Amino acid sequence: MKAAINAIAAALVMAAVCPAAAETVLVRGGRVVTNTGAVLDKGDVLFTDSRIVAVGPSIAAPAGARVIDAAGRWVTPGAIAAMSELGLSEISGSGAANDASLASPLISAAAEASRAFDPSASAVAVTRIEGVTRAVIAPAATGTIFSGIGALVALNGAADSVQRDRLFQVLELGETGAERAGGSRAALWPYLEAALKDAREYPARYASGQDGAVLREIDARALKPFALGQGVFLVRTERAADIRELLRFKRANPNLKFVIHGGAEAWLVADELAAAKVPVIVDPMVNLPERMEKLAARLDNAALLERAGVRVIIAPSPGSVDGHQARLAFQLAGNAVANGLPWEAAFKAISQTPAEVFGVGGELGSLAPGKTADVVIWDGDPLDVMSAPVALFIAGVETPLVSRQTRLRDRYNPAARP
Amino acid sequence: MRTWTLGIAGALAAATLATAAIAQEAFRTVRPPTDPYPSTYTVPTAAPVIIRGATVIDGEGGEFASTDVLIADGKIAAVGQALPPPAGAQEIDGRGKFVTPGIIDAHSHLGVYPSPGIQASSDGNEATQPNTAEVWAEHSVWPQDPGFSRAVAGGITTLHVLPGSANLFGGRGVTLHPVLGARTVQSMKVPGAPYTLKMACGENPSRVYGGRNSSPATGMGNVAGWRQSFAKAQEYDRKWKEYWRKAARFEPKEDEPKGFFRAKAKDKKGAGDPPVAPDRDLEMETLAAVLNGEILVQWHCYRADEMATALDIAKEFGFRVAAFHHAVESYKIGDLLARDQTCSAMWADWWGFKLEAYDGIRENIPFVHARGACAIVHSDSEVGIQRLNQEAAKALADGRRAGLQISRADAWRWLSLNPATAIGISDRTGSLKVGKAGDVVVWSADPLSSYAVAERVFINGAQMYERGQVVAPPSDFELGQSFRERAR
Repeated sequence: MKAAINAIAAALVMAAVCPAAAETVLVRGGRVVTNTGAVLDKGDVLFTDSRIVAVGPSIAAPAGARVIDAAGRWVTPGAIAAMSELGLSEISGSGAANDASLASPLISAAAEASRAFDPSASAVAVTRIEGVTRAVIAPAATGTIFSGIGALVALNGAADSVQRDRLFQVLELGETGAERAGGSRAALWPYLEAALKDAREYPARYASGQDGAVLREIDARALKPFALGQGVFLVRTERAADIRELLRFKRANPNLKFVIHGGAEAWLVADELAAAKVPVIVDPMVNLPERMEKLAARLDNAALLERAGVRVIIAPSPGSVDGHQARLAFQLAGNAVANGLPWEAAFKAISQTPAEVFGVGGELGSLAPGKTADVVIWDGDPLDVMSAPVALFIAGVETPLVSRQTRLRDRYNPAARP
Repeated sequence: MRTWTLGIAGALAAATLATAAIAQEAFRTVRPPTDPYPSTYTVPTAAPVIIRGATVIDGEGGEFASTDVLIADGKIAAVGQALPPPAGAQEIDGRGKFVTPGIIDAHSHLGVYPSPGIQASSDGNEATQPNTAEVWAEHSVWPQDPGFSRAVAGGITTLHVLPGSANLFGGRGVTLHPVLGARTVQSMKVPGAPYTLKMACGENPSRVYGGRNSSPATGMGNVAGWRQSFAKAQEYDRKWKEYWRKAARFEPKEDEPKGFFRAKAKDKKGAGDPPVAPDRDLEMETLAAVLNGEILVQWHCYRADEMATALDIAKEFGFRVAAFHHAVESYKIGDLLARDQTCSAMWADWWGFKLEAYDGIRENIPFVHARGACAIVHSDSEVGIQRLNQEAAKALADGRRAGLQISRADAWRWLSLNPATAIGISDRTGSLKVGKAGDVVVWSADPLSSYAVAERVFINGAQMYERGQVVAPPSDFELGQSFRERAR
């Protein structure tokens, strides 16, 4: 008996530590959300090793392929949690180490989320087993209006799970940014211009012994590629007037790239955003004037933006990015649907659109031949709160639906221990 | 009368006696008011409403297909098939829709932490000393909080507003209807709802006060703080009861002669001087009312071990814990909670934001339910309060996946009847039982889903919300903001 328990324990440890090797898998007969065309009512998905080979009706199983019957199931690309602090803290409060929190005045733009990401953080598995296979993460430096450099990570728990570092620079251009620039938006924009100038003049300016106008050398160095248009600025801003100011700034600096995170009042400037091709990361549950910069917040923000032609990504608002609930991307998207966003657009907003906007659309975000095999099989509509994954593959490797939470569940389950 | 009395007494009436007589006549037993800020809530007059042919979830575990619900005179008048329409009733086609009791949020900070959440509006935590049992949340509620209108749109018909959790004793909670356009908090108060007391376990009090190098700085300091205060409250309560016992002998009775004769009669019995009322202490007054079972304890507590200790404290001082709030680890002690009939007001899935929330699991609510304890879905959030039905749905689905058999009708208890029990109003609302309040929501579809929305919300039989029909924001704060003028 004890030997049997030990064997089971050993098997569990193996399952947790050594993910199954990549294989050839045919997922057969599910309702397939491809993101490249219409949803297939009854479709197959074939992948070998890390890549998708074929998607369509009635794909023949290659010799030796593992066949998974997905009848009555949904099959989708893995979701991308498009903005969070996932993996930057095991516990965010309680005085515990929190790498998403950075209060030093010595470094801000140079802070790098990828250097702090822990693939073993409990939240990674907790998020993964709900159908999220990748995450966009951001640090939260507070020394200047630049909060640091974000990254894209895989949620497979692997040592090499940072997929893209130096993906974007977080730029605070709303109330928070104004506070950091001295308390006023009137100072915010001149400050930004001076910071970009410092960055462009790096290293010459600093080598001559001169200080930056506003930036320390370490931040100027980190900011330089973004200031030259080689990376994206992820702009935290909410108010319509601030977004208009951003669009004016963009016209004056046409080489710079911007994505808005927040955008509670973006619906008021939807046409301008569409014309300027600035994507917006919105939280479809934001509908209260919770700050003075969000007086016009409303539940159908995502739907109105999409209708105007703005590329919409769905993720928690800047005030709710604690990575422990990054898994709620599906619920957020479902609520956008309840408030007018078409289902397909809502699903893309947590998969394909963030993949494209963050430069990995060629690899991720859809089920199509050649794409990375991030595949999730569901017991129902993934945007409905009642549904959950029944199987999950990251780059073709099946990952067990186990987390610290499911271990606690199993220990205390009244169904198992009456 | 008094002139005649003194006349008879004549020369015998010494000046001292006359003074005593006047003092006796002036004697009134001091009884601190128990309801000095009474509810002024009035039920809006409304025609009877009959909702036809909906799937009805009654909040007590029952679900009925193609059923009618009649609301009349502010109350549930009938639930059944093919009900005869009363004269003048408003008929609502409920086919394809769901009807449930209104959602009751047992843990809200609307009004005390309103939107916008700026320093000037941060009225939820009197974090100035660890025992502020003397403060009342209703005195911080801003009726213009735009959050109330969002809550109604999410199917909320009653909410329990609590002070924050910085203190061992945070103050009194208040039970409100989300009355849109209310000018006063009194007009939102649910008539007859008992007062509650917010208490807080764990990291918050020890962090807030320990950080100031004062007590409590630790978990044991928390426990000492509660015990010392309850011990004082016992003494305070004893003094008042002793005073009332003595005062009863001096209180004039209806048929008793007033004044001098009465005083003399008392003197004969050797009653001595009339008693002097103890000084009022508002902090102790609240705690004494807890000891007497008049105020219901709502205890913010995350960890199983801390909840178990809290239950022992309640036994030591002879009160009951109505509900633990947040109760992230209730799933570990469902048996103790069932034994003491203490509810747990929980999130579906919040976890990890602090150490005491580290063991949060998605099955907390269904596991507590399955152990036979009272499970509640609460929000603690101006966002979450708008979709507690979705939180219940998540908990239900996760419970089923763990192997539990729970119907959606049973799960609805978490949203209405159980919170009503925790805050002491289950005799009048929380389920669609005939005679209970007409607190009813009509949902566009099965409300245990991401997609269903509340189409109509009735509070005491009056329609407070209809989707798509809100023409002006009920909050003065939101009225006339320029984007609204532009959108016209």
